[in-house]
Amino acid sequence: MKRSSDAREAVLGSVRSALAGGQRGSADSIPREYRGQRHVEALPELFRERVAEYRAAVHTTDSTEAPETVLGVLERADARRVVVPEGLPAQWSDPVAEHHDTLGDRPRLSTTTLENADAVLTTCTVGIATTGTIVLDHGPGQGRRALTLLPDTHVCLVAASRIVDDVPAALAELDPAGPMTFISGPSATSDIELERVEGVHGPRDLHVVIVGDV
Amino acid sequence: MSGVDLGMPTFPDAAHRAVRDAQLRHNLGRATSTIRNKRAAVVDELDDWEQLRASGAAIKAHTLSRLDTYLERFESAVTAAGGTVHWARDAAEANRIVTELVRETGETEAVKVKSMATQEIGLNEALASAGISAWETDLAELIVQLDEDRPSHILVPAIHRNRSEIREIFRREMSGSGAPAPADLTDDPVQLAEAARHHLREKFLRANVAISGANFAVAETGSLVVVESEGNGRMCLTMPDNLISVVGIEKLVPSWRDLEVFLQLLPRSSTGERMNPYTSVLSGVTEEDGPSNFHVVLLDNGRSEALADEVGSQALRCIRCSACLNVCPVYERAGGHAYGSVYPGPIGAVLTPQLYGVESEDTASLPYASTLCGACYDVCPVAIEIPELLVHLRHRTTRERKGWFDRLTGTAMRGLGWVFGDSKRLGRAQRIASLGGRLFGRRGIGRLPWPMSRWTDARDAPAPASESFRQWWERNRTGSGDER
Repeated sequence: MKRSSDAREAVLGSVRSALAGGQRGSADSIPREYRGQRHVEALPELFRERVAEYRAAVHTTDSTEAPETVLGVLERADARRVVVPEGLPAQWSDPVAEHHDTLGDRPRLSTTTLENADAVLTTCTVGIATTGTIVLDHGPGQGRRALTLLPDTHVCLVAASRIVDDVPAALAELDPAGPMTFISGPSATSDIELERVEGVHGPRDLHVVIVGDV
Repeated sequence: MSGVDLGMPTFPDAAHRAVRDAQLRHNLGRATSTIRNKRAAVVDELDDWEQLRASGAAIKAHTLSRLDTYLERFESAVTAAGGTVHWARDAAEANRIVTELVRETGETEAVKVKSMATQEIGLNEALASAGISAWETDLAELIVQLDEDRPSHILVPAIHRNRSEIREIFRREMSGSGAPAPADLTDDPVQLAEAARHHLREKFLRANVAISGANFAVAETGSLVVVESEGNGRMCLTMPDNLISVVGIEKLVPSWRDLEVFLQLLPRSSTGERMNPYTSVLSGVTEEDGPSNFHVVLLDNGRSEALADEVGSQALRCIRCSACLNVCPVYERAGGHAYGSVYPGPIGAVLTPQLYGVESEDTASLPYASTLCGACYDVCPVAIEIPELLVHLRHRTTRERKGWFDRLTGTAMRGLGWVFGDSKRLGRAQRIASLGGRLFGRRGIGRLPWPMSRWTDARDAPAPASESFRQWWERNRTGSGDER
């Protein structure tokens, strides 16, 4: 591939000659006087309020009541086939398995099976209070990305202890080595006369279950 | 980078037509004021907005000042994570690389997530001429593509279309490229979005190749960041086994941590939300999750040349939020198409001439598409001094496009400089002019013959005063000294 290495040298050469003689600053001199922390108190309450503003359903519960809450959500969504990623703790997956057809991802579920599943139940890595965002790093309990993309209902368990105040704190908790998805409410578009419509290509319904004592 | 014919009328001609389109003006006015107000509300929530903005500007400026280093770092990180990096000097080279990569997969179609860079290089057209169908999957881009139209806003590309027009486009065109629109489709946005979902879902699940751009590329980790709302970006980045991302070389940021600034600045500036619905981060290839064949095409296409312009290079900080469009009095009346480029509005007026060169009449007219009111600078999340750039580029276009008229005015200005440079010469000139003033009386100067008609066709010039200020001063004040 001679052509491509030529192009590489040409682009880098052109960049270098453009920069020749100019000031090359140091990354250390970038001002970072913005807030590292925005809120310190009542993070779960703020998170709850901000998630709800995206028209996602938010439920607050504790670890004893949580399975009941999840079952209620799945019942109301009329979800029969529920995807359960590997690594989801048994305390969450077992009660669901008693009442629904659960689909594990080992061996990998086909796209058609995922497309025909009604809901998916996952945990998340962090919740961001200021922006009402959940972040999935697709590790244990969260599954590969397609699992939370194709089913129409996503139920996400968020441990209150995993809620941070804002974006800087969240990024500090995340390892960019793997894929990641930041989710703020259900899939939405405002492309037609700026009227917001939920549920274009991602899940139409997002349920966030905040578990207070975990 | 020069000689690219955008095939468009110049801004003044296109704007002239656009401002007479009442429907367009109504749609634009409503849309821009809605987004403007939403943006203002969420920006006001943060008492450190100016600090975030200063940091965002500094990170981008720093990255550009060491762009060669960061490009090489990014290349190593992507390669280490299982991806392949390609370099493209210009649009033709980028199109050739992408076409070749799609051909290697043996596929003849690809799904695409909205990307300004691929629009800039005309990738869809290049793929089409190679027999490859590229399906746009953002709802607005789908509307524009089905209608064989052009985007008119960075964030809401179909802002110039209303719901009944969109219904007609769907009913007429969808069946030609996949699942048809339902027979009883109304103009309810919910139903229209549902029709798009149905039409595109089939393509997402079938496609084996996806093409994307990126909002940010992290040099340290080789991560690409795609910010979106509908989930079509997640689909493209997750479902097909082959992913090709076309990334402008100015999209780099040094480190993962830098995103803590931009993920606060971008959604608030762009859609006026605290956070957009979906942000995907992809760092190379992950086993059993997403594409196993991942390519990044780093695109120059005029950027390195813009980098050499000390003032102009600021425009490369742009994160494509479109906040400057929504506050611009010129954009609000003329609309996006008048700019004749994929980059409309104030940022387009400074970016397009730099990327495409100022040789052609259409790009050279763009820096004049502004009242220099400065609203664009106030809302820019990376503090690009757009008004300063506009003036700078006006200067450059005049200098680089000197014709006979400019040479003539240049001579006239040098003559004026000679007269003003000496008080005796100025006094003599004014006495001659005041003779002319007595000659014209109070009528003023109307039409003058060519070449002065270039000035007087549109303006009446007042006749020179019969007495200059200096003559009046001499007559009334000289020697008295009592006004000091």
